[in-house]
Amino acid sequence: MQKYSVFSLIKNAFSNHQNWEVAWKDPTPKSEYDVVIIGGGGHGLATAYYLAKEHNIRNVAIIEKGWIGGGNVGRNTTIIRSNFMYDANARFNEFGMDLWRNLSQELNFNVMFSPRGIINLAHSDAQMNAYARRGNSMRLNGIDAKLLDRDEVKKLIPMADFSDEVRFPIFGGLMQPSAGTARHDAVAWGYARQADDMGVDIIQHCEVTGFDVVNGKIKGIRTSRGDIKAKKVGLCVAGSTNILAEKLNMTLPIETHVLQACVSEPVKPLLDGVVTFGAGHFYISQSDKGEMVMGGDLDGYNSYAQRGNLPTIQHVLTGGLALFPFLSRLKMLRTWGGIMDMSMDGSPIIDKTHIEGLYLNCGWCYGGFKSTPVSGWTFAYTIAQDQVHELNSDLRLNRFSTGHLLDEKGLGTKTWIG
Amino acid sequence: MLYIKCPYCGLRAQKEFSYGGDATVKRPNINEEVSSEDWDNFVYMRKSPRGKHIELWQHIAGCRQWIKVQRDTATHEIFQTAKVTEEIR
Repeated sequence: MQKYSVFSLIKNAFSNHQNWEVAWKDPTPKSEYDVVIIGGGGHGLATAYYLAKEHNIRNVAIIEKGWIGGGNVGRNTTIIRSNFMYDANARFNEFGMDLWRNLSQELNFNVMFSPRGIINLAHSDAQMNAYARRGNSMRLNGIDAKLLDRDEVKKLIPMADFSDEVRFPIFGGLMQPSAGTARHDAVAWGYARQADDMGVDIIQHCEVTGFDVVNGKIKGIRTSRGDIKAKKVGLCVAGSTNILAEKLNMTLPIETHVLQACVSEPVKPLLDGVVTFGAGHFYISQSDKGEMVMGGDLDGYNSYAQRGNLPTIQHVLTGGLALFPFLSRLKMLRTWGGIMDMSMDGSPIIDKTHIEGLYLNCGWCYGGFKSTPVSGWTFAYTIAQDQVHELNSDLRLNRFSTGHLLDEKGLGTKTWIG
Repeated sequence: MLYIKCPYCGLRAQKEFSYGGDATVKRPNINEEVSSEDWDNFVYMRKSPRGKHIELWQHIAGCRQWIKVQRDTATHEIFQTAKVTEEIR
């Protein structure tokens, strides 16, 4: 594979950039693979990459209904963080942060990981206490956390509304300085390019229509491009999890909901890191192009439509205006939606299933992007070794029936409220 | 904006309602032996179909009644609404 570097860039400039190698091939599906990963999003591509790299399993296919990078990996708001309170979530995501820090070098693809910090704002004494507790838990797990008072927040985001008239005054906030953002498309493309180079077949525009299960064991899958035999099959399909589960006669602790995000027209550098409003559901960051990237609530009802309705955008931006009045002068460039696999405790599931050779990776709610590397890493381990790794030992499917939930936000089973 | 026909008040904007989830989930009968699996199914397990979905909504900024709505989860089209005591077929 051609290595991307400043030298290859200069070399290709002489031929008007007409002779670059294709980044990944477009193979026709073989009749049999050792492992088939369903879903060519970030998590599926990362899983295939780590299967090849860490476990030397290279007879692998990724089956994608649309095109790679067209689902949630291209629809998220690119935030990367590990500011979790519970040990299981903190350990898991901090391991992921270490993967992020080296990802551009590892993939030879600039994913533009930019650890510019995230601030969760507090608007009451009680919220400050809760953040102090969360910050302490994070530091016990080796994650950087900093409790900011009002003046410290004001130094970082002076454009926020610090006047006396506001309904929810800023008391302070919890900051994770090492959190940040990355370019989401580059993550998908970087993983795809390396996985392809190691022998993984990336098969796009191929829909899974059924599964061959014999005596409780997976034998293969049926697709719109023919039957494919497989020793092991991994499901990595986020918002489509329930649709495939139905074909397997499985019912899961997951509901599918639509989440919207929006960006403004680009403006000059204004906001350094990521800021979340603590009195409503609103968060914001500024992309490298200058657009303000914003998101908030789910639309609030089960949906498979990759688009939402305007009342939610209006509601989210009302919260945004309360925090940052300058937003009222900006034009919205576009809004879009993605479908979320909302688990009943807000934490993901990476596990084996009752069907031998079938593995499940789902329940990412609206926080899947930040976990892309660690999700792929642990899912690859689980598939290759046929057992869960210590990192995903608390992310099992049976935690709902045994009562070992990971309800980070304490919201219960009303997934659409979170 | 969705428009939902409340069986008590008529056609109203979605903003007047709040969502209540899958209406086909049945709570296990009271005063009967309930297995862990039954509880598990009732509390956590959801079919979440793509297509027709019967769900609960509350007309929270109106008559405050809970109602049933049959809606398509892919197109958001609403087919039928009913009182909670009525069946949607």
